[in-house]
Amino acid sequence: MSATGAVLPPKHRPAEPGDRPAERRRGSTLLRHLAVVLAVGALLVAVSYSVEPFRNFQLATVAAYLCATAGLTVLTGLNGQLSLGHGALMAVGAYTVALCQNAFADRGMTGGWLLPLSLGAAIVATVAVGAVVGVAAARLRGPYLAGVTLAVAVVVPALAVTFDGVFNGEQGLSVPVEPPPLALGPYFPYERWQLWLTGAATLLALLLLANLIRSRYGRTFRAVRDDEVAARLAGIHVARTQVLAFVVSAATAGLGGALLAVLAQSVSPGAFSLTLSLFLLMAVVIGGLGRLTGALWGAVLLVALPDLTHSATELLTLSPAVAQRLEGNLPLAIFGLTLIVVMIAAPGGVQGLLSRLGRALLARWPARRS
Amino acid sequence: MDRFVFLTVDGLSRGAVYAAFALALVLIWRAARVVNFAQGAMAVAAAYVAYSVSAATGWYWLGFGVAIVAGLVLGAVVDRVVMRHVDHASPLNPVIVALGLVLLIQAVLGMVYGNEFRPAETPFSRSALQVGGVAVLSPYDLFVFATIGVVVSGLAWMFARTPVGLRMRAAAFAPEVSRLLGVNVGGMLTLGWALASGVGALAAMLVIPTELGLHPHAMDLVFVSAFTAAVVGGLDSPPGAVVGGLVVGLLLSYVSGYAGSDLTPLAVLVLLLAVLLVRPGGLFAPVAARRV
Repeated sequence: MSATGAVLPPKHRPAEPGDRPAERRRGSTLLRHLAVVLAVGALLVAVSYSVEPFRNFQLATVAAYLCATAGLTVLTGLNGQLSLGHGALMAVGAYTVALCQNAFADRGMTGGWLLPLSLGAAIVATVAVGAVVGVAAARLRGPYLAGVTLAVAVVVPALAVTFDGVFNGEQGLSVPVEPPPLALGPYFPYERWQLWLTGAATLLALLLLANLIRSRYGRTFRAVRDDEVAARLAGIHVARTQVLAFVVSAATAGLGGALLAVLAQSVSPGAFSLTLSLFLLMAVVIGGLGRLTGALWGAVLLVALPDLTHSATELLTLSPAVAQRLEGNLPLAIFGLTLIVVMIAAPGGVQGLLSRLGRALLARWPARRS
Repeated sequence: MDRFVFLTVDGLSRGAVYAAFALALVLIWRAARVVNFAQGAMAVAAAYVAYSVSAATGWYWLGFGVAIVAGLVLGAVVDRVVMRHVDHASPLNPVIVALGLVLLIQAVLGMVYGNEFRPAETPFSRSALQVGGVAVLSPYDLFVFATIGVVVSGLAWMFARTPVGLRMRAAAFAPEVSRLLGVNVGGMLTLGWALASGVGALAAMLVIPTELGLHPHAMDLVFVSAFTAAVVGGLDSPPGAVVGGLVVGLLLSYVSGYAGSDLTPLAVLVLLLAVLLVRPGGLFAPVAARRV
């Protein structure tokens, strides 16, 4: 019954950037997005020089998570497919990068082009896995899809232990990453280099996603989400669209996982547990489903909340055992509670609240002028 | 041959627990059209309550009873406080809220009890009895079979023969008409949640001692297996859930016995994908009439 219904009926659909009337979107979408990306990139470079190394590392982690959450928000928010398996897809990307970098290091190969090559391999591997899951997902709806992707999230990290000859079990693999190029000077901080690296990769991925959302494909994604029957009548191949959405989403998740592995310089199954998959979903829901800015809020939350709870627990004087329990679990509890409250009270998430606030201010302003 | 008999009995014993857990999922699915992804976490919470009670009083059976009561109460509370307020217009929403519950419950358990495995005791010995020189059944297996048998037949009797069962079925099948006829539909829904959560708590009490022990994540894989069992049988079919549970239990037992226990998660995933791709409605459902 409900499993066959459209995921977000039109009346509940939040307003989206793509819905604006055409006269407000003049000029080339690509050029506009490119300008935004360049501006954000310049800002990031400026920020990377003005903050301490640890903040640089945190920003780099936000960028890596943003890759994954942006892909997930395209899949869940724009195409209406729920995936609980994106943590596992990140693991695929991370392990691919680890295996590639180790292979290069074993052969004594060096050079700046190796890391992009590994990242590319990670994307290709994740796309392959994503295509398999996506083909299955395109035939499934609602709770069935959630169940399958949940199984993927639980099973894939366990494979690292099953095939421990390749993946080295619970220990995981280390990821050798080369130092920043000498052209940047001998004392260039490593964290700043990390931020540049992940920032550049993430901005590129976001640019592609933003253009995809505004393109014909983005429209078919939304059409399939809103009403599959109508989309099919309009000549859209529903299953192919869903597989495409899943593959795109998997590619960004793989890139995100690969970047995380490069940042941490190690991968282990513990880092890609079911909890990570739930975190990603929670991040996009709290940020606001279906918007890339929502994905940004979600990614910021993923990094900031554990940090905040850590500082909060340090303020209280607790015994080490209690503090340790709180530190691991308090962010989880807050995430879970926020997720429930947001779903019940504000389904648009942070970005939904912000745009509602913005619209309210805009509506008041011309009224006062006249 | 001995090994085969042992694995079969072990698989049926495990399968009986999966069957009960799958039955709990089917109960909620039929009543509210929600797959309760928080069921595993809720069941673990009940098992932790039992652990505390048993540890404080030194009496296993008191903890056992308290676990089931805690499960019943937790189910009713989750329905009344959380699920009732979720917008069911999109099937994504209840799933996402249930996942929020998973995070919340597991985090609270981790804060109270810590994220380490705790040994869980069994009321009966788990060493198998010898029948004609072949190790067959342990007393604990017998206990599991008896308990699950009583619960499943009790539920079947309740739904088929009692006025409450009739009202619950009516409320799930045609809420508006039932309300006009004077059935307390909301109350029936809460009762369904409570019953399902109680059965889930019972299943957790039975399965956790046979695995690594008590841990906030102890039921994650059990949940996936039970979901697979429910899908194998068809989410709408209680007898299907029982058969599906036994099938999954047997399969996992054979895979872990003959191919290595590391492969069981993969076997669950493959079975789930195969069933969903070949017969999405489950083995006991008529062919789905969905066309897009």
